[in-house]
Amino acid sequence: MNSAKEATLADKTPRYGGFSFDLILLETRRLLRNKRTMLSVLLMPVILSFIFTFSAKDAKRPLGVGNLSAFLVISLALYGAVQAASFGGSIISLERIAGWSRQLRTTPLSGSAYIAIKTITSLVLSLISLTAVFVVGVIGHKAHMPVEIWIACAACVWIGSLVFAVFGIFVGYLVPSENAMQFIAFGLILFSFAGGIFIPLSQFPHAIREIAYYTPLYGINEIVHYPLLQSNFDIIWLLNTIVWFAIFFIGAVVKFRGDTKRV
Amino acid sequence: MSDNSNAHEGPSVGQKHSTAIELRDLHKYYGGVQAVNGLDLNITRGEVVAFLGPNGAGKTTTIDMILGLSDPTQGSVSVLSMPPRRAVSLGMVAAVMQTGGLLHDYTVLETLQFMASIYDKKSAIDAVMSRAGITHIANSLVKSCSGGEQQRLRFAMALLPEPELLILDEPTQGMDVEGRKQFWLSIKEDAALGRTVLFATHYLEEADNYADRIILIKKGSIVADGTPMEVKSLSSNKTVRAHISSLDKEALLNIQGVVSADLSHNKLEIVCHDSDLVAKYLLLETDAANLEISLAGLEETFLNLTTNQ
Repeated sequence: MNSAKEATLADKTPRYGGFSFDLILLETRRLLRNKRTMLSVLLMPVILSFIFTFSAKDAKRPLGVGNLSAFLVISLALYGAVQAASFGGSIISLERIAGWSRQLRTTPLSGSAYIAIKTITSLVLSLISLTAVFVVGVIGHKAHMPVEIWIACAACVWIGSLVFAVFGIFVGYLVPSENAMQFIAFGLILFSFAGGIFIPLSQFPHAIREIAYYTPLYGINEIVHYPLLQSNFDIIWLLNTIVWFAIFFIGAVVKFRGDTKRV
Repeated sequence: MSDNSNAHEGPSVGQKHSTAIELRDLHKYYGGVQAVNGLDLNITRGEVVAFLGPNGAGKTTTIDMILGLSDPTQGSVSVLSMPPRRAVSLGMVAAVMQTGGLLHDYTVLETLQFMASIYDKKSAIDAVMSRAGITHIANSLVKSCSGGEQQRLRFAMALLPEPELLILDEPTQGMDVEGRKQFWLSIKEDAALGRTVLFATHYLEEADNYADRIILIKKGSIVADGTPMEVKSLSSNKTVRAHISSLDKEALLNIQGVVSADLSHNKLEIVCHDSDLVAKYLLLETDAANLEISLAGLEETFLNLTTNQ
Protein backbone atom coordinates (compact mmCIF):
# COMPACT_ATOMS: atom_id res chain seq x y z
CA MET A 1 0.00 0.00 0.00
CA ASN A 2 2.88 2.28 0.77
CA SER A 3 4.38 1.81 -2.64
CA ALA A 4 0.98 2.38 -4.21
CA LYS A 5 0.72 5.58 -2.23
CA GLU A 6 4.19 6.63 -3.35
CA ALA A 7 3.14 5.97 -6.93
CA THR A 8 0.10 8.23 -6.60
CA LEU A 9 2.30 10.87 -5.00
CA ALA A 10 4.70 10.67 -7.91
CA ASP A 11 1.77 11.05 -10.27
CA LYS A 12 0.81 14.26 -8.56
CA THR A 13 4.15 15.87 -9.20
CA PRO A 14 3.80 17.93 -12.36
CA ARG A 15 6.05 16.96 -15.22
CA TYR A 16 8.93 19.30 -16.09
CA GLY A 17 8.35 21.25 -12.89
CA GLY A 18 5.02 22.56 -14.17
CA PHE A 19 6.45 23.88 -17.44
CA SER A 20 3.94 23.69 -20.27
CA PHE A 21 3.09 25.11 -23.66
CA ASP A 22 -0.16 26.46 -22.22
CA LEU A 23 1.73 28.68 -19.81
CA ILE A 24 3.85 30.12 -22.61
CA LEU A 25 0.73 30.83 -24.62
CA LEU A 26 -0.98 32.56 -21.68
CA GLU A 27 2.12 34.60 -20.89
CA THR A 28 2.71 35.64 -24.49
CA ARG A 29 -0.90 36.70 -24.88
CA ARG A 30 -0.67 38.77 -21.73
CA LEU A 31 2.51 40.50 -22.91
CA LEU A 32 1.04 41.27 -26.31
CA ARG A 33 -1.96 42.92 -24.66
CA ASN A 34 0.33 45.31 -22.81
CA LYS A 35 0.29 48.55 -24.78
CA ARG A 36 3.50 49.82 -23.26
CA THR A 37 5.36 46.66 -24.21
CA MET A 38 3.98 46.72 -27.70
CA LEU A 39 4.96 50.35 -28.12
CA SER A 40 8.59 49.76 -27.27
CA VAL A 41 8.83 46.30 -28.77
CA LEU A 42 7.04 46.74 -32.04
CA LEU A 43 6.16 50.31 -32.85
CA MET A 44 9.41 52.07 -31.92
CA PRO A 45 11.79 49.84 -33.89
CA VAL A 46 9.46 49.84 -36.90
CA ILE A 47 9.15 53.63 -36.88
CA LEU A 48 12.88 54.07 -36.36
CA SER A 49 13.43 51.66 -39.20
CA PHE A 50 11.37 53.89 -41.50
CA ILE A 51 13.06 57.09 -40.38
CA PHE A 52 16.61 55.76 -40.59
CA THR A 53 16.26 54.24 -44.02
CA PHE A 54 14.33 57.12 -45.52
CA SER A 55 16.81 59.68 -44.28
CA ALA A 56 19.79 57.68 -45.52
CA LYS A 57 20.68 59.37 -48.80
CA ASP A 58 22.77 56.57 -50.22
CA ALA A 59 20.43 53.79 -49.05
CA LYS A 60 21.05 51.75 -52.13
CA ARG A 61 24.81 52.03 -51.94
CA PRO A 62 26.16 48.48 -52.27
CA LEU A 63 27.55 47.08 -49.03
CA GLY A 64 28.83 43.53 -48.57
CA VAL A 65 26.48 41.18 -50.37
CA GLY A 66 23.59 43.67 -50.07
CA ASN A 67 23.24 47.41 -49.55
CA LEU A 68 23.45 50.09 -46.84
CA SER A 69 19.70 50.01 -46.26
CA ALA A 70 19.89 46.30 -45.41
CA PHE A 71 22.69 47.10 -42.95
CA LEU A 72 20.48 49.64 -41.18
CA VAL A 73 17.52 47.28 -41.09
CA ILE A 74 19.67 44.65 -39.38
CA SER A 75 20.84 47.23 -36.82
CA LEU A 76 17.30 48.25 -35.99
CA ALA A 77 16.07 44.67 -35.90
CA LEU A 78 18.78 43.97 -33.35
CA TYR A 79 17.84 47.03 -31.32
CA GLY A 80 14.17 46.05 -31.34
CA ALA A 81 14.81 42.39 -30.59
CA VAL A 82 17.15 43.17 -27.73
CA GLN A 83 14.65 45.62 -26.32
CA ALA A 84 11.80 43.12 -26.65
CA ALA A 85 13.76 40.32 -25.01
CA SER A 86 14.90 42.52 -22.13
CA PHE A 87 11.39 43.79 -21.47
CA GLY A 88 10.07 40.25 -21.56
CA GLY A 89 12.57 39.20 -18.92
CA SER A 90 12.24 42.28 -16.75
CA ILE A 91 8.51 41.68 -16.39
CA ILE A 92 9.66 39.55 -13.46
CA SER A 93 10.19 42.71 -11.43
CA LEU A 94 6.50 43.59 -11.79
CA GLU A 95 5.50 40.06 -10.90
CA ARG A 96 7.57 40.24 -7.76
CA ILE A 97 5.98 43.56 -6.76
CA ALA A 98 2.54 42.06 -7.36
CA GLY A 99 3.40 39.13 -5.10
CA TRP A 100 2.78 36.80 -8.02
CA SER A 101 6.21 35.14 -7.79
CA ARG A 102 5.55 34.51 -4.13
CA GLN A 103 2.17 33.02 -4.90
CA LEU A 104 3.77 30.79 -7.51
CA ARG A 105 6.20 29.50 -4.92
CA THR A 106 3.24 28.00 -3.08
CA THR A 107 2.54 25.89 -6.18
CA PRO A 108 4.48 22.99 -7.70
CA LEU A 109 5.83 25.28 -10.46
CA SER A 110 9.59 25.03 -10.07
CA GLY A 111 11.84 28.07 -10.18
CA SER A 112 13.68 26.82 -13.24
CA ALA A 113 10.41 26.15 -15.07
CA TYR A 114 9.34 29.72 -14.29
CA ILE A 115 12.62 31.14 -15.61
CA ALA A 116 12.38 28.92 -18.69
CA ILE A 117 8.88 30.25 -19.40
CA LYS A 118 10.10 33.84 -19.01
CA THR A 119 13.03 33.18 -21.33
CA ILE A 120 10.88 31.58 -24.01
CA THR A 121 8.20 34.28 -23.92
CA SER A 122 10.98 36.86 -24.20
CA LEU A 123 12.25 35.06 -27.27
CA VAL A 124 8.76 34.97 -28.76
CA LEU A 125 8.55 38.71 -28.21
CA SER A 126 11.94 39.36 -29.81
CA LEU A 127 11.01 37.15 -32.76
CA ILE A 128 7.85 39.20 -33.32
CA SER A 129 9.83 42.42 -33.10
CA LEU A 130 12.60 41.40 -35.48
CA THR A 131 10.13 39.94 -37.94
CA ALA A 132 8.20 43.20 -38.00
CA VAL A 133 11.34 45.26 -38.63
CA PHE A 134 12.53 42.88 -41.35
CA VAL A 135 9.15 42.83 -43.05
CA VAL A 136 9.06 46.63 -43.01
CA GLY A 137 12.61 46.57 -44.37
CA VAL A 138 11.76 44.25 -47.22
CA ILE A 139 8.46 45.73 -48.35
CA GLY A 140 8.94 49.33 -47.23
CA HIS A 141 12.21 50.44 -48.68
CA LYS A 142 15.29 49.79 -50.57
CA ALA A 143 16.97 47.15 -48.43
CA HIS A 144 18.48 44.38 -50.48
CA MET A 145 20.21 41.12 -49.51
CA PRO A 146 20.01 37.55 -50.83
CA VAL A 147 17.24 35.59 -49.11
CA GLU A 148 19.62 33.25 -47.29
CA ILE A 149 21.45 36.26 -45.86
CA TRP A 150 18.18 37.70 -44.54
CA ILE A 151 17.55 34.38 -42.84
CA ALA A 152 21.08 34.10 -41.48
CA CYS A 153 20.91 37.64 -40.10
CA ALA A 154 17.51 37.02 -38.54
CA ALA A 155 18.80 33.87 -36.88
CA CYS A 156 21.83 35.73 -35.48
CA VAL A 157 19.63 38.56 -34.17
CA TRP A 158 17.25 36.10 -32.57
CA ILE A 159 19.91 34.01 -30.89
CA GLY A 160 21.65 37.20 -29.79
CA SER A 161 18.45 38.41 -28.15
CA LEU A 162 18.70 35.44 -25.77
CA VAL A 163 21.58 37.23 -24.04
CA PHE A 164 19.24 40.11 -23.34
CA ALA A 165 16.33 37.96 -22.26
CA VAL A 166 18.67 36.80 -19.50
CA PHE A 167 19.78 40.40 -18.95
CA GLY A 168 16.12 41.38 -18.47
CA ILE A 169 15.58 38.59 -15.95
CA PHE A 170 18.71 39.64 -14.08
CA VAL A 171 17.56 43.27 -13.91
CA GLY A 172 14.07 42.08 -12.96
CA TYR A 173 15.53 40.47 -9.86
CA LEU A 174 18.06 43.24 -9.25
CA VAL A 175 15.66 46.19 -9.42
CA PRO A 176 12.46 45.20 -7.66
CA SER A 177 10.33 48.08 -8.83
CA GLU A 178 8.69 49.56 -11.87
CA ASN A 179 11.98 51.36 -12.44
CA ALA A 180 13.33 48.14 -13.89
CA MET A 181 11.75 49.06 -17.23
CA GLN A 182 13.26 52.54 -17.30
CA PHE A 183 16.56 51.14 -16.13
CA ILE A 184 16.55 48.73 -19.04
CA ALA A 185 15.47 51.30 -21.62
CA PHE A 186 18.26 53.61 -20.53
CA GLY A 187 20.83 50.82 -20.32
CA LEU A 188 19.97 49.56 -23.78
CA ILE A 189 20.36 52.98 -25.38
CA LEU A 190 23.76 53.27 -23.73
CA PHE A 191 24.77 49.76 -24.83
CA SER A 192 23.45 50.42 -28.33
CA PHE A 193 25.58 53.53 -28.76
CA ALA A 194 28.61 51.84 -27.23
CA GLY A 195 28.04 48.75 -29.32
CA GLY A 196 27.99 50.82 -32.50
CA ILE A 197 24.36 50.11 -33.39
CA PHE A 198 23.37 53.73 -34.00
CA ILE A 199 26.71 55.22 -35.03
CA PRO A 200 29.63 53.17 -36.38
CA LEU A 201 32.36 52.80 -33.77
CA SER A 202 34.90 54.06 -36.28
CA GLN A 203 33.47 57.54 -35.78
CA PHE A 204 34.15 57.48 -32.04
CA PRO A 205 37.33 58.87 -30.46
CA HIS A 206 39.95 56.21 -29.88
CA ALA A 207 39.63 56.18 -26.08
CA ILE A 208 35.86 55.62 -26.17
CA ARG A 209 36.24 52.94 -28.79
CA GLU A 210 38.64 51.04 -26.53
CA ILE A 211 35.95 50.90 -23.86
CA ALA A 212 33.15 50.19 -26.33
CA TYR A 213 34.74 46.88 -27.31
CA TYR A 214 33.94 45.55 -23.84
CA THR A 215 30.26 46.54 -23.77
CA PRO A 216 27.58 43.86 -24.14
CA LEU A 217 26.13 44.82 -27.53
CA TYR A 218 29.43 45.22 -29.36
CA GLY A 219 30.00 41.53 -30.09
CA ILE A 220 26.41 40.76 -31.04
CA ASN A 221 26.18 43.82 -33.28
CA GLU A 222 29.27 42.71 -35.22
CA ILE A 223 28.04 39.13 -35.47
CA VAL A 224 24.57 39.99 -36.80
CA HIS A 225 26.10 42.10 -39.57
CA TYR A 226 28.68 39.49 -40.46
CA PRO A 227 26.47 37.55 -42.93
CA LEU A 228 25.96 40.80 -44.86
CA LEU A 229 29.48 42.21 -44.69
CA GLN A 230 31.39 38.90 -44.75
CA SER A 231 34.55 40.58 -43.55
CA ASN A 232 36.97 38.73 -41.29
CA PHE A 233 35.19 37.07 -38.40
CA ASP A 234 36.80 38.26 -35.17
CA ILE A 235 36.67 35.68 -32.40
CA ILE A 236 36.55 38.58 -29.92
CA TRP A 237 32.91 39.18 -30.98
CA LEU A 238 31.93 35.72 -29.91
CA LEU A 239 33.98 35.96 -26.74
CA ASN A 240 32.35 39.26 -25.84
CA THR A 241 28.89 37.75 -26.34
CA ILE A 242 29.61 34.59 -24.37
CA VAL A 243 31.21 36.46 -21.47
CA TRP A 244 28.27 38.86 -21.18
CA PHE A 245 25.81 36.00 -21.42
CA ALA A 246 27.67 34.27 -18.58
CA ILE A 247 27.68 37.45 -16.48
CA PHE A 248 23.94 38.01 -16.89
CA PHE A 249 23.16 34.34 -16.40
CA ILE A 250 25.19 33.99 -13.21
CA GLY A 251 23.77 37.28 -11.94
CA ALA A 252 20.23 36.09 -12.60
CA VAL A 253 20.84 32.73 -10.91
CA VAL A 254 22.39 34.36 -7.84
CA LYS A 255 19.56 36.89 -7.51
CA PHE A 256 16.93 34.23 -8.15
CA ARG A 257 18.33 32.00 -5.40
CA GLY A 258 18.28 34.88 -2.95
CA ASP A 259 14.71 35.72 -3.87
CA THR A 260 12.89 34.04 -1.04
CA LYS A 261 12.06 37.00 1.09
CA ARG A 262 8.93 39.05 0.77
CA VAL A 263 9.16 42.11 -1.45
CA MET B 1 -8.25 2.50 2.86
CA SER B 2 -7.90 -0.75 4.79
CA ASP B 3 -4.61 -1.18 6.56
CA ASN B 4 -5.36 -4.79 7.45
CA SER B 5 -3.74 -6.27 4.40
CA ASN B 6 -0.44 -4.69 5.38
CA ALA B 7 -0.67 -4.63 9.11
CA HIS B 8 3.03 -3.91 9.60
CA GLU B 9 2.72 -0.71 7.63
CA GLY B 10 -0.38 0.34 9.46
CA PRO B 11 1.15 2.69 12.00
CA SER B 12 3.22 4.69 9.53
CA VAL B 13 0.30 5.08 7.17
CA GLY B 14 -1.93 5.95 10.08
CA GLN B 15 0.53 8.61 11.18
CA LYS B 16 0.70 10.02 7.72
CA HIS B 17 -3.00 10.50 7.87
CA SER B 18 -3.26 11.99 11.30
CA THR B 19 -0.86 14.93 11.33
CA ALA B 20 -1.27 17.86 8.99
CA ILE B 21 1.27 20.23 10.49
CA GLU B 22 3.93 19.55 13.06
CA LEU B 23 6.11 22.33 14.41
CA ARG B 24 8.90 21.45 16.80
CA ASP B 25 10.75 24.11 18.77
CA LEU B 26 10.39 26.50 15.85
CA HIS B 27 12.53 29.65 15.94
CA LYS B 28 13.03 32.37 13.39
CA TYR B 29 15.31 35.34 13.73
CA TYR B 30 15.47 38.25 11.31
CA GLY B 31 18.75 39.99 11.98
CA GLY B 32 18.55 40.54 15.72
CA VAL B 33 14.77 40.34 15.86
CA GLN B 34 13.14 37.19 17.09
CA ALA B 35 9.99 36.74 15.02
CA VAL B 36 9.13 33.22 16.14
CA ASN B 37 10.22 32.01 19.52
CA GLY B 38 9.93 28.29 20.11
CA LEU B 39 6.61 27.17 18.66
CA ASP B 40 5.54 23.60 19.34
CA LEU B 41 2.38 22.64 17.57
CA ASN B 42 0.50 19.66 16.23
CA ILE B 43 -2.42 20.16 13.90
CA THR B 44 -4.48 17.08 13.15
CA ARG B 45 -5.95 16.46 9.74
CA GLY B 46 -9.44 17.78 9.28
CA GLU B 47 -9.07 20.48 11.89
CA VAL B 48 -10.06 24.07 11.16
CA VAL B 49 -7.58 26.15 13.07
CA ALA B 50 -7.55 29.90 13.56
CA PHE B 51 -4.26 31.60 14.02
CA LEU B 52 -4.81 34.76 16.02
CA GLY B 53 -2.40 37.39 17.14
CA PRO B 54 -1.66 41.08 16.90
CA ASN B 55 0.42 42.44 14.04
CA GLY B 56 4.02 41.37 14.31
CA ALA B 57 3.14 38.35 16.47
CA GLY B 58 4.81 36.03 13.98
CA LYS B 59 1.74 34.65 12.18
CA THR B 60 2.90 35.31 8.66
CA THR B 61 6.47 34.30 9.50
CA THR B 62 5.17 30.98 10.77
CA ILE B 63 2.94 30.51 7.72
CA ASP B 64 5.94 31.22 5.50
CA MET B 65 7.86 28.42 7.17
CA ILE B 66 4.91 26.04 6.89
CA LEU B 67 4.80 26.77 3.16
CA GLY B 68 8.56 26.39 2.87
CA LEU B 69 8.94 29.99 1.71
CA SER B 70 11.53 30.51 4.41
CA ASP B 71 13.60 28.19 6.56
CA PRO B 72 13.50 28.10 10.35
CA THR B 73 16.56 29.40 12.17
CA GLN B 74 16.09 26.52 14.57
CA GLY B 75 13.62 23.69 14.98
CA SER B 76 11.64 21.80 12.38
CA VAL B 77 8.49 21.96 10.30
CA SER B 78 6.77 18.99 8.83
CA VAL B 79 3.70 19.19 6.63
CA LEU B 80 1.64 16.05 5.97
CA SER B 81 4.64 14.17 7.36
CA MET B 82 7.06 15.55 4.80
CA PRO B 83 9.25 18.61 4.35
CA PRO B 84 7.12 21.66 3.42
CA ARG B 85 8.66 22.11 -0.04
CA ARG B 86 7.86 18.53 -0.96
CA ALA B 87 4.24 18.86 0.14
CA VAL B 88 4.00 22.08 -1.92
CA SER B 89 5.60 20.53 -4.99
CA LEU B 90 3.07 17.69 -4.80
CA GLY B 91 0.23 20.20 -4.81
CA MET B 92 -0.96 18.95 -1.42
CA VAL B 93 -0.80 22.40 0.13
CA ALA B 94 -2.38 25.54 -1.23
CA ALA B 95 -2.35 29.04 0.16
CA VAL B 96 -4.35 32.22 -0.10
CA MET B 97 -2.10 35.16 0.58
CA GLN B 98 -3.07 38.24 2.49
CA THR B 99 -2.51 40.72 -0.32
CA GLY B 100 -1.19 40.63 -3.83
CA GLY B 101 -0.49 37.33 -5.44
CA LEU B 102 -2.46 38.29 -8.53
CA LEU B 103 -1.49 39.72 -11.89
CA HIS B 104 -3.65 42.67 -12.84
CA ASP B 105 -3.41 42.15 -16.57
CA TYR B 106 -4.77 38.61 -16.52
CA THR B 107 -8.49 37.95 -16.54
CA VAL B 108 -10.05 35.90 -13.76
CA LEU B 109 -10.32 32.93 -16.11
CA GLU B 110 -6.75 33.26 -17.37
CA THR B 111 -5.43 33.37 -13.82
CA LEU B 112 -7.19 30.09 -13.12
CA GLN B 113 -6.02 28.63 -16.43
CA PHE B 114 -2.47 29.48 -15.42
CA MET B 115 -2.85 27.70 -12.09
CA ALA B 116 -4.74 24.82 -13.65
CA SER B 117 -1.98 24.11 -16.14
CA ILE B 118 0.54 23.93 -13.31
CA TYR B 119 -1.62 21.40 -11.47
CA ASP B 120 -2.97 19.77 -14.63
CA LYS B 121 -6.51 20.37 -13.37
CA LYS B 122 -8.06 22.20 -16.30
CA SER B 123 -11.32 20.33 -15.99
CA ALA B 124 -11.82 21.71 -12.48
CA ILE B 125 -11.84 25.39 -13.48
CA ASP B 126 -15.60 25.73 -13.94
CA ALA B 127 -16.32 24.00 -10.66
CA VAL B 128 -14.00 26.17 -8.57
CA MET B 129 -15.28 29.33 -10.23
CA SER B 130 -18.81 28.48 -9.31
CA ARG B 131 -17.82 27.48 -5.78
CA ALA B 132 -16.04 30.80 -5.32
CA GLY B 133 -18.91 32.66 -6.96
CA ILE B 134 -16.87 34.29 -9.72
CA THR B 135 -18.30 32.61 -12.82
CA HIS B 136 -19.99 35.85 -13.87
CA ILE B 137 -16.69 37.77 -13.85
CA ALA B 138 -14.61 35.10 -15.59
CA ASN B 139 -13.63 37.44 -18.41
CA SER B 140 -12.96 40.54 -16.31
CA LEU B 141 -9.42 41.70 -15.88
CA VAL B 142 -8.18 41.22 -12.33
CA LYS B 143 -7.48 44.94 -12.01
CA SER B 144 -11.14 45.74 -12.57
CA CYS B 145 -12.28 43.34 -9.84
CA SER B 146 -13.19 44.64 -6.40
CA GLY B 147 -11.15 43.64 -3.37
CA GLY B 148 -13.76 41.07 -2.43
CA GLU B 149 -13.84 39.61 -5.94
CA GLN B 150 -10.06 39.34 -5.97
CA GLN B 151 -10.25 37.54 -2.66
CA ARG B 152 -12.74 35.07 -4.14
CA LEU B 153 -10.38 34.52 -7.04
CA ARG B 154 -7.56 33.74 -4.60
CA PHE B 155 -9.87 31.29 -2.91
CA ALA B 156 -10.70 29.65 -6.24
CA MET B 157 -6.98 29.38 -6.97
CA ALA B 158 -6.42 27.65 -3.67
CA LEU B 159 -9.27 25.21 -4.28
CA LEU B 160 -8.02 24.16 -7.73
CA PRO B 161 -5.40 21.63 -6.63
CA GLU B 162 -7.84 20.07 -4.12
CA PRO B 163 -5.19 20.44 -1.44
CA GLU B 164 -5.09 18.39 1.73
CA LEU B 165 -4.01 21.47 3.61
CA LEU B 166 -5.37 24.92 2.93
CA ILE B 167 -3.58 27.91 4.39
CA LEU B 168 -5.37 31.24 4.41
CA ASP B 169 -3.78 34.50 5.48
CA GLU B 170 -6.55 36.99 6.25
CA PRO B 171 -8.81 35.26 3.72
CA THR B 172 -11.92 37.41 3.93
CA GLN B 173 -10.28 40.81 3.90
CA GLY B 174 -12.29 43.11 1.66
CA MET B 175 -15.28 40.78 1.37
CA ASP B 176 -18.74 41.98 2.31
CA VAL B 177 -20.73 40.25 5.02
CA GLU B 178 -22.59 38.00 2.60
CA GLY B 179 -19.39 37.04 0.84
CA ARG B 180 -17.76 36.18 4.14
CA LYS B 181 -20.65 33.96 5.11
CA GLN B 182 -20.54 32.09 1.80
CA PHE B 183 -16.81 31.77 2.02
CA TRP B 184 -16.91 30.16 5.43
CA LEU B 185 -19.75 27.89 4.45
CA SER B 186 -17.59 26.65 1.64
CA ILE B 187 -14.63 26.15 3.95
CA LYS B 188 -16.81 24.25 6.40
CA GLU B 189 -17.96 21.87 3.67
CA ASP B 190 -14.37 21.16 2.77
CA ALA B 191 -13.31 20.60 6.32
CA ALA B 192 -16.12 18.09 6.71
CA LEU B 193 -14.50 16.11 3.89
CA GLY B 194 -11.28 15.97 5.85
CA ARG B 195 -9.41 18.98 4.52
CA THR B 196 -7.26 20.75 7.06
CA VAL B 197 -7.60 24.51 7.19
CA LEU B 198 -5.28 26.93 8.94
CA PHE B 199 -6.27 30.56 8.76
CA ALA B 200 -4.86 33.75 10.16
CA THR B 201 -7.42 36.41 10.78
CA HIS B 202 -8.05 39.57 12.69
CA TYR B 203 -11.83 39.07 12.57
CA LEU B 204 -12.12 37.51 16.01
CA GLU B 205 -15.72 36.72 15.30
CA GLU B 206 -14.68 34.49 12.42
CA ALA B 207 -12.25 32.61 14.58
CA ASP B 208 -14.97 32.19 17.18
CA ASN B 209 -17.64 31.05 14.73
CA TYR B 210 -15.73 28.93 12.29
CA ALA B 211 -12.66 27.47 13.94
CA ASP B 212 -12.53 24.18 15.82
CA ARG B 213 -9.45 25.44 17.49
CA ILE B 214 -7.87 28.79 18.19
CA ILE B 215 -4.16 29.32 18.58
CA LEU B 216 -3.30 32.68 20.02
CA ILE B 217 0.24 33.84 19.54
CA LYS B 218 2.11 36.78 20.90
CA LYS B 219 5.70 37.76 20.23
CA GLY B 220 6.32 34.49 18.47
CA SER B 221 5.04 32.23 21.25
CA ILE B 222 1.73 30.49 21.87
CA VAL B 223 -0.22 32.13 24.66
CA ALA B 224 -3.42 30.14 24.27
CA ASP B 225 -4.45 27.03 22.38
CA GLY B 226 -7.83 25.34 22.54
CA THR B 227 -11.43 25.42 21.41
CA PRO B 228 -12.96 28.90 21.16
CA MET B 229 -14.74 28.14 24.45
CA GLU B 230 -11.56 27.11 26.20
CA VAL B 231 -9.66 30.10 24.97
CA LYS B 232 -12.39 32.45 26.06
CA SER B 233 -12.46 30.92 29.51
CA LEU B 234 -8.76 31.70 29.89
CA SER B 235 -9.63 35.26 30.46
CA SER B 236 -10.31 35.77 34.15
CA ASN B 237 -12.90 38.43 33.43
CA LYS B 238 -16.56 37.56 33.50
CA THR B 239 -19.54 39.78 32.97
CA VAL B 240 -22.54 39.77 35.27
CA ARG B 241 -25.71 41.49 34.09
CA ALA B 242 -28.93 42.07 36.02
CA HIS B 243 -31.95 44.30 36.37
CA ILE B 244 -31.89 46.29 39.56
CA SER B 245 -33.80 49.30 40.95
CA SER B 246 -31.10 50.81 43.15
CA LEU B 247 -27.53 50.03 43.94
CA ASP B 248 -24.95 50.64 46.65
CA LYS B 249 -22.06 51.04 44.29
CA GLU B 250 -19.44 51.31 46.99
CA ALA B 251 -20.44 48.02 48.56
CA LEU B 252 -20.33 46.38 45.17
CA LEU B 253 -16.91 47.68 44.31
CA ASN B 254 -15.68 46.39 47.67
CA ILE B 255 -16.39 42.83 46.65
CA GLN B 256 -13.16 41.07 45.82
CA GLY B 257 -12.32 40.97 42.12
CA VAL B 258 -14.83 43.49 40.85
CA VAL B 259 -13.29 45.51 38.06
CA SER B 260 -16.10 47.82 37.09
CA ALA B 261 -19.80 48.36 37.59
CA ASP B 262 -22.13 50.31 35.34
CA LEU B 263 -25.76 51.13 35.99
CA SER B 264 -27.99 52.77 33.47
CA HIS B 265 -31.79 52.58 33.17
CA ASN B 266 -31.88 49.93 35.87
CA LYS B 267 -29.58 47.73 33.87
CA LEU B 268 -26.46 46.71 35.73
CA GLU B 269 -23.32 45.43 34.10
CA ILE B 270 -20.43 44.24 36.25
CA VAL B 271 -17.04 43.04 35.04
CA CYS B 272 -15.35 40.87 37.65
CA HIS B 273 -13.00 37.97 38.27
CA ASP B 274 -15.27 36.02 40.61
CA SER B 275 -18.81 35.97 39.32
CA ASP B 276 -19.99 33.69 42.15
CA LEU B 277 -19.26 36.29 44.83
CA VAL B 278 -20.99 39.01 42.85
CA ALA B 279 -24.02 36.85 42.12
CA LYS B 280 -24.36 35.91 45.79
CA TYR B 281 -24.26 39.56 46.79
CA LEU B 282 -26.76 40.64 44.18
CA LEU B 283 -29.28 37.91 44.93
CA LEU B 284 -29.05 38.09 48.72
CA GLU B 285 -28.53 41.79 49.38
CA THR B 286 -30.36 43.54 46.53
CA ASP B 287 -33.50 43.21 44.44
CA ALA B 288 -31.54 42.22 41.38
CA ALA B 289 -33.43 40.05 38.89
CA ASN B 290 -32.78 38.33 35.57
CA LEU B 291 -29.21 37.60 36.51
CA GLU B 292 -26.96 36.64 33.63
CA ILE B 293 -23.33 35.55 33.78
CA SER B 294 -21.13 35.35 30.70
CA LEU B 295 -17.55 34.73 29.82
CA ALA B 296 -15.63 37.59 28.39
CA GLY B 297 -15.90 37.85 24.63
CA LEU B 298 -13.12 36.51 22.50
CA GLU B 299 -12.10 40.02 21.68
CA GLU B 300 -11.53 40.79 25.33
CA THR B 301 -9.64 37.57 25.89
CA PHE B 302 -7.57 38.38 22.88
CA LEU B 303 -6.70 41.79 24.21
CA ASN B 304 -5.99 40.44 27.67
CA LEU B 305 -3.71 37.70 26.50
CA THR B 306 -1.87 39.65 23.88
CA THR B 307 -1.42 43.05 25.44
CA ASN B 308 -1.23 42.59 29.20
CA GLN B 309 1.93 41.78 31.16
